[in-house]
Amino acid sequence: MTIATFDPVTIRREFPTLEQSVNGRPLVYLDNAATSQKPRVVLDALRAYYENDNSNVHRGIHELSRRATVAYEESRAKVAGWVGAAEPSEIIWTRGTTEAINLVSTAWGLDNVGEGDEILISVLEHHSNIIPWQLLARRTGAVIKYIELDEQGRWILDELPRLLTDRTKVVAISHVSNALGTVNPVKRVAAAAHEVGALVLVDGAQGAVHMKVDVQELGVDCYAFSGHKMCGPTGIGALWARRDLLDSMEPYQGGGEMIHFVGRDESSWATVPHKFEAGTPNIAGAIGMGAAIDFLSGVGMDAIAKHEHELLGYALERMSAVDGIRIYGPQSPDEHSALISFTLGDAHPHDISTILDSEGIAVRAGHHCAQLAMQHFGISATARASIYLYNTESDIDRLIEGLEQVRGIFS
Amino acid sequence: METPPLNSLYQQLILEHYRNPRNKAELEEKSVEIHMANPVCGDEVRLQLRITDDQIEEAKFVGQGCSISQAAISMMTTLLHGCSLADAKILAECFTKMMQGDPDAAKDKRLKDLRVLQGVSKFPVRIKCALIGFDALQEALKTYAKEETS
Repeated sequence: MTIATFDPVTIRREFPTLEQSVNGRPLVYLDNAATSQKPRVVLDALRAYYENDNSNVHRGIHELSRRATVAYEESRAKVAGWVGAAEPSEIIWTRGTTEAINLVSTAWGLDNVGEGDEILISVLEHHSNIIPWQLLARRTGAVIKYIELDEQGRWILDELPRLLTDRTKVVAISHVSNALGTVNPVKRVAAAAHEVGALVLVDGAQGAVHMKVDVQELGVDCYAFSGHKMCGPTGIGALWARRDLLDSMEPYQGGGEMIHFVGRDESSWATVPHKFEAGTPNIAGAIGMGAAIDFLSGVGMDAIAKHEHELLGYALERMSAVDGIRIYGPQSPDEHSALISFTLGDAHPHDISTILDSEGIAVRAGHHCAQLAMQHFGISATARASIYLYNTESDIDRLIEGLEQVRGIFS
Repeated sequence: METPPLNSLYQQLILEHYRNPRNKAELEEKSVEIHMANPVCGDEVRLQLRITDDQIEEAKFVGQGCSISQAAISMMTTLLHGCSLADAKILAECFTKMMQGDPDAAKDKRLKDLRVLQGVSKFPVRIKCALIGFDALQEALKTYAKEETS
């Protein structure tokens, strides 16, 4: 699908889920940071695979298996192109960002991190980029250090030279914060981390969704992301890592498809990427993620980024004017990705979310799997409105109306 | 499923307890303390009871969360003062049944002000909020009974 000029109203029609009323009002979906809706082309790709080509990949010597394998590997190449990988074999299919990070923390971590070594992460991380490293630290005796945040939730980088030492083995940081929307200076931190020889892993769950990502330009070693936040199906995601790094790593899980030869005592592994893909993979999911990339590429990532930036500016301006609101994270749209985290007077975020839901408006309320970031601000939860390519100014207007209703109830 | 009107949820008495919670403090002498949290939404309560001769002398709590969870705990503590352990258990069971949509439980006069929370039962995703205090109470009663017998 190619869209000549960017028009969110036209784009919206491609998403069947958005064409419904909730609680008697047309749905306003502002929970995109949790998961995006799926365009028709992605749903069609899933259906077409199951109806026409369903079979296992890299196994059967028959026509269906050949077709499934071709589609599966073509999707890998699309994902590789999406983030600027040097070659498709640098893309490992995973269940999502979380599994991609666990793959590195386990398969790379257990062999490369030892007692007294240091792992540097930030207070802003999603739990999926904290817990895998805590598990690794517990098993190896390594120490976790944190990049702290300023009052707008930005990394305090003045302390970076002190935080990075010759014991720092890995720096694991998010590209864009899911809790505050902060776009983080990953490139700068990656360069400093490489000075001390540390591996740099980026949690790109909220990154590759809204902007063109070039892992070469970012200068990182691993980039983890999910399909479902970028119009693809759930249960599929990818790890990009440098080929030489992947070659040097032990497998993550053992099973079918990841072997070269199996003996009674010793076995050898398939080459990258298959070495990391034990068991029958999520074939339909991979094909669906490829279709999502085709869709987003057709719309144009630059056009999407521009639209989201303008809409975010509009939302920040209108929301700031609501009496009693507090917006967390950077206040300028230029430092901000497509979400706004906020509280409103003494209304608890869950109450905000219930009241908005009664008006057909979907937002997220809670700690957003970022309890360390919440603790930094001395709160337990925020409400979060997150936008995507199909959201419009009228969605924001509806949100503002809903917030006024919250104020009415909690006045 | 259509959400019922919001006024069945956000009644004045609920908002009043949310803003001015009763018995929200640390208990100096406590017989039992239970910490209960809902990791999904961050609601949290530490319920503390002082019990003498199978009777709750004092009930206090410390916690944070939404209006529903905080109001329910606040109202609950007001009913626990001077309440026998057996009656506290009945109260918890009765409230839980009301949240599960049992119309007879909702008519039970022993629930007193807690009956204003009946509307929560029509909001499935919020039932857990209303129950966190009573879940803590039931856990506290069990823990206390175990400690007494051991």
